[in-house]
Amino acid sequence: MRALIVTAICVLLASCAPQAPQNHGVYMLLDTSGTYAEELTKAEQIIRYTLSRLDATDTFAVARIDTGSFSERDIIAKVTFDDRPSAVNRQKRVFAEQIAEFVSSVEPSPYTDITGGILQAVEFLNEKGTGSRTILIFSDLMEDLEEGYIRDIELELEGFEVIALNVTKLRSDNVDPREYLGRLDAWQARVEEAGGTWRVINDLDGLEGLLMR
Amino acid sequence: MLGITPSPFASALLWIVLVVLAAYLARRTVHRAIRASANALRRSFRVASKAVTRSHERLSERNRDVLLAAGREAKERIVEREFDRINDTVRKDLSNYSALHRALSESIERIEKDHQQAVDVPPDPPGWVEAVEAVAKIDEREGRIGVGNILADIHKSLVKAHKEAMNAYQQASGERHKLLRHMRPDWRRIQEKLAKVGKNVDSLLSRSVTIDRHMQEYEDIVKGRDRAVSVLASSSLVNFFVSAFVLGIAIGGAMINFSLIARPMAEMVGGTSLMGGYRTADIAALVIIMVEISMGLFLMESLRITRLFPVIGALPDKMRVRMIWITFTILFMLASVEAGLAYMREVLLHDELATSALLRGADAATAATQYLWITTAAQMGMGFVLPFALVFVAIPLETFVHSLRTVVGLVAVGAMRALALVLHLLGMAFHYLGALLMQLYDLLLFVPLWIEERLAGREAADGVPGRSELQL
Repeated sequence: MRALIVTAICVLLASCAPQAPQNHGVYMLLDTSGTYAEELTKAEQIIRYTLSRLDATDTFAVARIDTGSFSERDIIAKVTFDDRPSAVNRQKRVFAEQIAEFVSSVEPSPYTDITGGILQAVEFLNEKGTGSRTILIFSDLMEDLEEGYIRDIELELEGFEVIALNVTKLRSDNVDPREYLGRLDAWQARVEEAGGTWRVINDLDGLEGLLMR
Repeated sequence: MLGITPSPFASALLWIVLVVLAAYLARRTVHRAIRASANALRRSFRVASKAVTRSHERLSERNRDVLLAAGREAKERIVEREFDRINDTVRKDLSNYSALHRALSESIERIEKDHQQAVDVPPDPPGWVEAVEAVAKIDEREGRIGVGNILADIHKSLVKAHKEAMNAYQQASGERHKLLRHMRPDWRRIQEKLAKVGKNVDSLLSRSVTIDRHMQEYEDIVKGRDRAVSVLASSSLVNFFVSAFVLGIAIGGAMINFSLIARPMAEMVGGTSLMGGYRTADIAALVIIMVEISMGLFLMESLRITRLFPVIGALPDKMRVRMIWITFTILFMLASVEAGLAYMREVLLHDELATSALLRGADAATAATQYLWITTAAQMGMGFVLPFALVFVAIPLETFVHSLRTVVGLVAVGAMRALALVLHLLGMAFHYLGALLMQLYDLLLFVPLWIEERLAGREAADGVPGRSELQL
């Protein structure tokens, strides 16, 4: 009898114990430099898809990559979804409207600070403390820093999944494909050395595996 | 290591001889050991088998008692109900007996009175006959001349009198027919009342026949006759399967009910919070359904339709009626909540569909919305009706619980009987295995045994008592 009571108490305590967060955190970086800004309509499509995949208590933020991306001011829209389904739908609609507004009024930036954006994403997602953390980089991955910006910093990407989306080929890549492949390899190495996992999705029709829960 | 001679063959042969010799010397001990082990195992299994058989018999006895007790209780309820019905019939009809008697007497009295008044009165003999006789007696000479005039007057008077008499007769006949016509509804009323009385008496008679049958069965149960036990066991099995089937349907209904309210429940308790690994919204929806089923049980108990909780059945009538109203009110409120949640579910679904369409880039208003009220109304209706439908789960549940005891008992008896048989067979198997092992042991020692037999035969022929005889 005593054993039964002890077992029951243990089960009760185990069920009441705080559980690890199960929610999802996604931070998307949009490259707005030069001609890549024209690709943003595709980014809007990805954002809408991501919104449809996210659920209550998940966190989603979209930020632009510009000259200096390590800044909260570059965050275009951010949301942590409510616990109630009706509120979640409302938040999703508002978020989609914000993004549409941004895409229609975006101005190209002269430089591309991808590292700063990733640092900002890591800080944001760590602060939110979500169960899983994903950084989406919608860019050609060609980093172009303004003089004086120091980005030779080691990243801390333990527990992060970094997905590069729509990595377009530059004109120079067509001349020498090794540049494109080298760029991809360099980012992969950098992310994996920092403890993160790396994926590239260029076919935007196959986004099903984007957020694997 | 085993080579005790330079030749392996010789060594092997020597080893075989030594082993066989040792085995021969140990033969009796080994036989005793095998026999003792086999007997011990056989006895153990036999004891176990007997113990299981005894338990099985006790369980059978208990099952029989349980079955008879349940049957007695059920039969008492049936007989009680039949008596209640008879009581109702008798109270309803016999309480009106004096009124009926009075009505019949009045009707009969009225009929008698009308009948007496309707007796046909013979018409008075015509008065002119005497006048004719008087005229006939007048002498011819006395006044034949005046006779003609007299006769004419008489004729005139007679015609007039006849006309009046006929009128009076026709009027009287009309009155009589009228009275007879008045008697008709009284007759019909009497006929109807008597038919009703006859019907009630027939009903009482048929009920008394039913009660007789039930009492006979009750007597069989009280006396614990085998026939009664077998009838009860069979009906218990039927009840078990039928109630299990109905409960399965009820579980299906509860699941539909659950799916109706689980989604909108997330609006109230949150969609992601977990409790013991399960979504709190799901648990909340389940709790609502369980509370509804519990209220249904209490309602059925209060109505004395089921008897799962004797405490409720034993409550004073006033308290019981109060409990009926309380449980019904709670059920009504929960049903209303469910209808609201079902409506909310539909609203959420549309909201979600519109959001998905927007995110897909499609037009949110493409869906035809003019008929959506049908599904909304259907869901709300289901949300409201299902809690009341679940109330009736109490009836099959009671039957299931009662019949489950019998079914579990029967299954346990069957299992124990099989176990006893297996144990008995195992005991026998070990007994014969011991004998087989001894035979196999002797098979290895066939050479020394053959020699022993030959020697024994020779000693017997020489008159020397053999070893077995010496042992004796």
